[in-house]
Amino acid sequence: MSASRRAATARSRRPDAPLGAGRYWFMLLVILVALSALVGRVVYLQVIDRSFLQNQGDARTLRVETIGAHRGMISDRNGDPLAISTPVITLWANPQELPKDPIQQTLLAKALKVDPGQLADRISRYSDHEFMYLRRQLTPAAAKPALDLQMPGVYSRDEYKRYYPAGEVAAQLVGVTNVDDKGQEGLELAYNRYLTGQPGKRRVLKDRKGHLVRDLHLIDEAKPGGDLTLSIDLRLQYMAYRELAAGIRKNDADGGSLVMLDARTGEVLAMANLPSYNPNNRSDVDVRGLRNQAITDAIEPGSVMKPLAMSAALASDKFTPESIIDTSPGWMVVDGYTIRDFRNYGKLSPAGILLHSSNIGMSHIALELPKDAIWNRYRELGLGQSPGTGFPGENSGSLPSPTNLPRSAQAAMAYGYGVAVTPLQLASAYTAIANDGKRLSPSLLKLNGDPESEQVISATVAHELLAMMEKIVQPNAGGHLAMVPGYQIAGKTGTVRKVTSTGYQETEYRGLFAGIAPASNPRIVTVVMIDNPKKGDYYGGLVAAPVFSRVVGSALRLLDVPPDAPQEETAP
Amino acid sequence: MAIDFQRVAPRTHRARVGRKRSIWLRIHLDPWLLSILVLLISFGLVVLYSASGMSTSTTMAQASRMGVALLGAIVIAQFTPVTLLRWTPVAYGAGLLMLVAVEIMGDIGMGAQRWLEIGPLRFQPSELMKIAMPMMLAAYLHRRPLPPTWRDLLVCGVIVGVPVLLIARQPDLGTSLLVTCAAVFVILLAGLSWKFIVTLVAMAGGAMPLLWINMHDYQRQRVLTFLNPESDPLGAGWNIIQSKTAIGSGGLEGKGWGLGTQSQLEFLPERHTDFIVAVLGEEFGLIGMGTILVLYLLLVARGLVMANNAQDTYGRLLAGSIVLTFFIYVFVNIGMVSGILPVVGVPLPLVSYGGTSSVTLMAGFGILMSIHTHRRLLTH
Repeated sequence: MSASRRAATARSRRPDAPLGAGRYWFMLLVILVALSALVGRVVYLQVIDRSFLQNQGDARTLRVETIGAHRGMISDRNGDPLAISTPVITLWANPQELPKDPIQQTLLAKALKVDPGQLADRISRYSDHEFMYLRRQLTPAAAKPALDLQMPGVYSRDEYKRYYPAGEVAAQLVGVTNVDDKGQEGLELAYNRYLTGQPGKRRVLKDRKGHLVRDLHLIDEAKPGGDLTLSIDLRLQYMAYRELAAGIRKNDADGGSLVMLDARTGEVLAMANLPSYNPNNRSDVDVRGLRNQAITDAIEPGSVMKPLAMSAALASDKFTPESIIDTSPGWMVVDGYTIRDFRNYGKLSPAGILLHSSNIGMSHIALELPKDAIWNRYRELGLGQSPGTGFPGENSGSLPSPTNLPRSAQAAMAYGYGVAVTPLQLASAYTAIANDGKRLSPSLLKLNGDPESEQVISATVAHELLAMMEKIVQPNAGGHLAMVPGYQIAGKTGTVRKVTSTGYQETEYRGLFAGIAPASNPRIVTVVMIDNPKKGDYYGGLVAAPVFSRVVGSALRLLDVPPDAPQEETAP
Repeated sequence: MAIDFQRVAPRTHRARVGRKRSIWLRIHLDPWLLSILVLLISFGLVVLYSASGMSTSTTMAQASRMGVALLGAIVIAQFTPVTLLRWTPVAYGAGLLMLVAVEIMGDIGMGAQRWLEIGPLRFQPSELMKIAMPMMLAAYLHRRPLPPTWRDLLVCGVIVGVPVLLIARQPDLGTSLLVTCAAVFVILLAGLSWKFIVTLVAMAGGAMPLLWINMHDYQRQRVLTFLNPESDPLGAGWNIIQSKTAIGSGGLEGKGWGLGTQSQLEFLPERHTDFIVAVLGEEFGLIGMGTILVLYLLLVARGLVMANNAQDTYGRLLAGSIVLTFFIYVFVNIGMVSGILPVVGVPLPLVSYGGTSSVTLMAGFGILMSIHTHRRLLTH
């Protein structure tokens, strides 16, 4: 810069003006421009771009959480719990957030009470995943040690676990849920929709690590599932299970089934099956134990069908209780098949036929009746049809085809062969005899209104049959072991050879007993089935009747049924 | 605004000379500047309390730190500009020596070598340079006729260049740019010809590619991320995206104190230090942002008035540079957090958590008050 120019610059500056004042105003201008830029930017972000950025912000933090809904309770008719949901904690982990340090992992394994090696294996196997279960459905107390470690990557989830207070006693009836709280078996499956709650939703605030910070508001309230009240009476169920198990043990049987119906409503008061399983610990479930045989397994019932067939005879004009049927010589041939009695009973009344369980007598009756009379009667009693309980795997049983029924089948039906029924169907059919001829549809749920019933037999015939069946449960009669002190019982024994793939077995039997108590004013209908007793005795009157006696005796007392037979007359 | 200052400043000035000259001038403090400072610091502490996750200890630590810094400013204001001028070469020389020391034996922290440890003390020499540099330039130009000649500019270039290069080598790009700014302001205020300014800007533009080549990877990444934050939303772009979201979602009135979801839920990084203004924007909305910007504007305006009233070249240049550098802090920080400038590690002055820069800034305001309140003494 030349001297003259410097002088010119000096001259241009006003002598009284502060040094470089123009520069200050220029700087202030620059500052204002810069500030405007900032203000503009902030206004842009907070006013114009606001809704987008607000959504962005919300998307980072707002989450919709589901609120677990309580699965409905299953209880017996008196409200005692059979299946309840208890809160449990499932621990899961994000393997990528878990500490890699083996010491930390061992600590976690110890808190979880799992093998450290196995846990380390699983963590490495899931190392490229973001989710793995650590342990499922722990009690809050059991989950606490692991949660107390506050290890990164370990998370918990609240769930419900199903607990079955009655355990194996009502296992097949109540059924089970799986680990995801969905019904898998039994009534848990049948009424899954009803029992399942509607999970709720709530909006929550979560931080970057996914921790819940604040509950904002409820979107949907969780609706707990409906409670299911079963018709069974847990006291009777326990007792039935215990006595059935005792009877099976005593006779070294494969299993057995017991159904007890309320003779006035058709409600199932007890339904026990053996073998069974513990629904609370399913680590070693015997598959056979899963079946609710009383509903799902149709068997050839044998002689317990005779009173039902007899009802058809008494309803016709061909037979009356006074009719005499000649069963000599104790055997007969129909269509080439030989039908035998235990011995030659000679001339028998209908009551005598039932008392001695005469196959010949029943065959004569059946063959004298119209071809489809007994078939129709069975049909009316609900056999060969769905009992309508809605239980999963419910068996309808089977009747032979009614068209061109051969005479042999017509006769066999009358003494309970060539048909298949479930114990429940049998008990339901017996309610017609117990309930003045009106058959009751069985119900697994406690009824609120009037029971569903159908007049199948006339009241007179029903009473006549009851009187005949009373004679069977008398001292020195075939059903004497079914007697209950203080009460008059009407019942019928049955013994059938088991059918397998190779036909009727010579050495495998089922012993049955179906009975009504008390006979004078029926309150309960009970069917007992003992499968394949191997201790020698196999007659229904010997293996099933004692179980019937003990179960029905206790049940009548528990139900406060007044005795109808003075003690001294029935006492042995 | 500018017109207001022009009209008002001389009148109050005259009034003060007449009667009120007494107390404030005698204790060498400026009531306006101090009031605005206290308001800003208080507002900053309120925001910090929320940004630190309602941490009383953090807030108290910052409050006492600001108190000490304010006290430091008051003490510095008691020295006359003449004393300051006398000690300027010493401060500059000491700063330069320490920068060299850092270069040789500095402590490495956060991938950058900035700290010097002398016994138990950890010291950042570049902070000292922020003040010492404009002081040295002003002191040099004070003795030269203005506007500066080419030779003067060359000397200035050396005075600026050596420490800036040392700071840039640490590497601390942010501070070296800020120190350069402080120096450039001194030279600008000294009356550099416009032709020269335009040439310089053009040259700077031309030097950009050169700068790019010499930048560290993380520095380049910052620039690239600034240009397109969405290119790396989970990595380098995270900060900008989160802070923009925080400010934007605050809206007009904000989400309320302590209720900012971005800030409180750990989405916003460095929320109580460099990105604290995002917390403010989210929780206090446009109203809060407006308030803080107005407070800064008032502070800078008052500072400029004080600088403009300085009576000698040293005071004018130094005071102006201090005020303008302070504004650069504000602009760079808010610009960076709101996404119009790249992310450079510049805290929001007087609000961000941290001590070193506050102390430097407060020392600057102390010098400003010293220059302003010792005017009469100099003319008498």
